[in-house]
Amino acid sequence: MVTNVSSFGRSGLFDWVVQRVSAVILASYTLCILSTLLLNPDMTYPEWQLVFDSFSMRFFTLLTLLAILAHGWIGMWTISTDYLTTRMMGGKGTVLRIGFQLLCIGLTLLYLVWGIDILWGN
Amino acid sequence: MFLFNFGANVKDNRPVNLDFTTFKLPLPAITSILHRISGAILFFGIAGLLYLLDTSLGSPEGFASVTEWLGNPIVKLVIWAGVAALLYHLIAGVKHLIMDLGIGETLSGGVLGAKIVIVLAVLSIVVAGIWIW
Ligand code: HEM
Repeated sequence: MVTNVSSFGRSGLFDWVVQRVSAVILASYTLCILSTLLLNPDMTYPEWQLVFDSFSMRFFTLLTLLAILAHGWIGMWTISTDYLTTRMMGGKGTVLRIGFQLLCIGLTLLYLVWGIDILWGN
Repeated sequence: MFLFNFGANVKDNRPVNLDFTTFKLPLPAITSILHRISGAILFFGIAGLLYLLDTSLGSPEGFASVTEWLGNPIVKLVIWAGVAALLYHLIAGVKHLIMDLGIGETLSGGVLGAKIVIVLAVLSIVVAGIWIW
């Protein structure tokens, strides 16, 4: 198998599939949250807490966090390898790209841990 | 060898024209770059959303302060910008997925798809603005 210009999953095709599966999860969650907020404009604190108290909502939110992890990383990796290159940036291209990618990995892991802490921490 | 590949071994010797000043951007190219820009905004915007979720779920006081922030005109503007990026990325992303299924993969189909994306995005973003204010 060719793994030359590989990335998240060591193969472009795998990344492509992950990007699409995660996109569907993210789209569903977006519609779910937006409609919850639209249908309940004057929510109170106990009501809001109840929304995230149910197992299904916690599960969905965790699934979405995982989707963000994969989708965001693949997306930002793609962007970084398009612009933060030695061709576009000169000699500093490689350093810039790796620095940016480390920042993105760090942020995305922070999101996951923070999200789990929000859902189960208190 | 590495768990993550940082793209360092992308071959450098292929012919390429990345001179932005000689580009003419057709409509589908514009909707595509906007999809990329909105994706990057969302990636960093998640931090703000998690902060709001954390604060609003943490305590009744936190919930009250989030409600209060959301009444602030500048916060409303930022939220609107974020929602706009989300709606745009969502609509253009769904169009992307539809094209991946092989629908509309022609030159005219691409232009029509881009027009539909623009119309739906503008409409939904305006509606979101009305909803926020
Ligand atoms: C709301 C539902 C979403 C849908 C339907 C969606 C859809 C997509 C699709 C299909 C792509 C692939 C584009 C390509 O292969 O060229 C993509 C790219 C991307 N997405 Fe999303 N996405 C969603 C949410 C998000 C979120 C929440 C983030 C932020 C973490 C995000 C960040 C990105 C980034 C950075 C890219 C790369 C853009 C590029 O390569 O040009 N997306 N999205």
